[in-house]
Amino acid sequence: MSDFNQKLTRRQALKLFGMGAASAALAACAAPTAQPAQPAQPAQPAQPAEQPKPSGGKLEIFSWWTNGGEADGLNAMFEVYLQKNPGVEIINATVAGGAGTNAKAVLQTRLAGGQPPDSWQVHAGRETLSYVNAGQLEPLTQFFTEKGFDKVMPQFLLDQLKINGEIWTVPVNIHRSNVLWYNPKVLAEAGIEPKFPTLDSLFAALDKLKAQGKVIPIAVGGKDKFEASHTFESILLATFGVDDYIKLWDGTDAMWQDPRAAEALSTLKRLFSYSNSDRSAQGWADAMTMVLEGKAAMTIMGDWAHGLGISKGLKVNQDYGWMPAPGSDAFMWLSDSFGLAKGAPNPVQARAWLEVCGSREGQDAFNPKKGSIPARTDPDLSKYDDYLKAAIADFGSKPLVPSAAHGASTTNAYQSKFHNTLEVFSSDLDEKSALESLKEAAEANNR
Amino acid sequence: MRLDLALPQKAAARSRRLSRDRLTAFLMLLPSLVAIAVFVYGFIGYTAYVSMSNYTTARIDLSFVGLDNYLNLFGQRRFQENIRNLIVFTSLFLVICLVFGLALALLVDSGVRGESVFRSIYLFPMAVSFIVTGVAWRWLFTPGDLEPTGLNLLFDSLGLGFLKARWIADTSVWPNIEVPGLKVKLLVPLAVIPVALAAVWQMSGFCMAMYLAGLRSIPDEIREAARVDGCSEWQVLRHITLPMLRPITLSAIIVLTHVSLKTFDLILTMTGGGPGNKTEVPSLYMYELRFSQFNTAEAAAVATILLILVSLLTVPYLVYNRRAQAAEQ
Repeated sequence: MSDFNQKLTRRQALKLFGMGAASAALAACAAPTAQPAQPAQPAQPAQPAEQPKPSGGKLEIFSWWTNGGEADGLNAMFEVYLQKNPGVEIINATVAGGAGTNAKAVLQTRLAGGQPPDSWQVHAGRETLSYVNAGQLEPLTQFFTEKGFDKVMPQFLLDQLKINGEIWTVPVNIHRSNVLWYNPKVLAEAGIEPKFPTLDSLFAALDKLKAQGKVIPIAVGGKDKFEASHTFESILLATFGVDDYIKLWDGTDAMWQDPRAAEALSTLKRLFSYSNSDRSAQGWADAMTMVLEGKAAMTIMGDWAHGLGISKGLKVNQDYGWMPAPGSDAFMWLSDSFGLAKGAPNPVQARAWLEVCGSREGQDAFNPKKGSIPARTDPDLSKYDDYLKAAIADFGSKPLVPSAAHGASTTNAYQSKFHNTLEVFSSDLDEKSALESLKEAAEANNR
Repeated sequence: MRLDLALPQKAAARSRRLSRDRLTAFLMLLPSLVAIAVFVYGFIGYTAYVSMSNYTTARIDLSFVGLDNYLNLFGQRRFQENIRNLIVFTSLFLVICLVFGLALALLVDSGVRGESVFRSIYLFPMAVSFIVTGVAWRWLFTPGDLEPTGLNLLFDSLGLGFLKARWIADTSVWPNIEVPGLKVKLLVPLAVIPVALAAVWQMSGFCMAMYLAGLRSIPDEIREAARVDGCSEWQVLRHITLPMLRPITLSAIIVLTHVSLKTFDLILTMTGGGPGNKTEVPSLYMYELRFSQFNTAEAAAVATILLILVSLLTVPYLVYNRRAQAAEQ
């Protein structure tokens, strides 16, 4: 039963016995090329000439982007990288499955075994905390200044990226979490105008749909473990408002003692009563498909659901519509990002990679394919479709709040408990025990 | 050695040679002994140590904290649910599997035509990976709210609509008893039943094979003699066949229970532990603890608990087996 632990330690032992010489050699090779500490030169972000350019060598990038638009986007970024740094051999270490769960497992084994990839995918924000605390990442604040990234990303975002006063990863893209997707035809037939600025207006529409009984008023998944918590975070934002919502994730249970926390759970319970009852057996994609096929009227999901619509050959604002999840028009962001491993085998190549990740060219190559928007505010708009253009506009103008279900404001340890609590709530609908679990889980957001 | 004592005059030379043989044998075995000592027992010991350490985040911290992690685990509602589910799953799986396996073995053994065909058919699910079983049975047991799928669809089209159920989406616990001191309600989470059935489908063929071997080893003369003495077929089964199959049953129980305690892949693919935690077992939680929460110490504690559970079962069996062998000699 202790297979994982055994594998892990076996790896360590192997490294000790067999690889000792090899890693010593590697370290010896890496050492002379390592970048010396530089004085900050914020005045000339466009002139990174003092940075050593990689000539050849290797670069290992670890991610869970294995299929569809994600993999295409990653490859497009690799192309940009190779144009700028010809001769570097890129090792694309991807691990498929489980929205990154499997990849995180493999990454953990490698990190514990002291064999980090040069750079790995991680949700930007608080999810990096455990890697920071374990001393597995290099700080990048100075790198941001040198490359001028701090001038082209929203201040809100930069602030929310910081842990212990430093920025640790370069965000490649931005997804919006608080989006309500609906089927315009279904709503029109039911005589409902698709405009729900408040939770009350949403529930009025749901009542109407339920009374007519033709479709499922709101589809909710659960198979992928994050659907209930995903829906809940939008309700939390609506209930607490921008400032207090952010305080929920401070690593204490202070805000969870607030009566609004119980209120948000009641709202979610009420919302579930309008949804399909086999939530645990459906994934978010199933829920979105129900909406697209007109079997359900709406669903709350991140804007990767837009990618699903496109893949089915449907048109946004025509076959399916969207609006911010009711109750707040703030932009709840989550972001995939890349960091620099402490003790990276190829630090020069890795820094060049992070430069591509943060560059306009890199982000404009990646994001149209992935179906997300750049973390920069200066993209080439012509490359993005209607929905993404609107998202770019909102990202630049609305208040930003970090997503909890997707790691922008939560650690891995916390997310796991958060998802599970809401999964259990989706099945038991027991508000008291859910609130208790949420209070108990709060401290996990510190590790 | 007894031989040596019987021939005292040659004993010295012989024992010298023997001890040299023994030394060679020992040296030949040494590499694998060392490997097993390090990679199996060493790491079991290491896991047990980690389970009592403070290694609860991504940062390695092996300071000793005693049984804190265990106490913490047993206090969690989630782990209590895991244990409940594991017990229910194991009992259901074990009982149904044994009954089914025995029934199939008796049928196949009854001299039916095309015996080998049936034998292969029943044994075939064993060749399938648990992952495949999980995916296929997940589809069968998904209720389908909008339009029925899987079994519910079958029942509908056969006009057996009253048999439709919520299957793996069923969130209820039967009979839902509260026990003071426990954070979970007892006893059977209904969603565990379809999962146990899938496991039975996969493993009952194995059970049949074991029983079949057992049945073939019972001498026909004994049964014939009983029949001559006027026993009915039921009495033959009850008083002759079943008692003589007891060692087989015991082995089957051991093998099946330890498969069941370690189940991971089947449940992961079939329900992922849901709805809520109604079908989650410790092995799944262990995976999540280590790789999602980065809580190595608690994950190691779960591993140790599972190891103890499995060895509670296998060690007495091994001891019993050794004694039985010794008795035979």
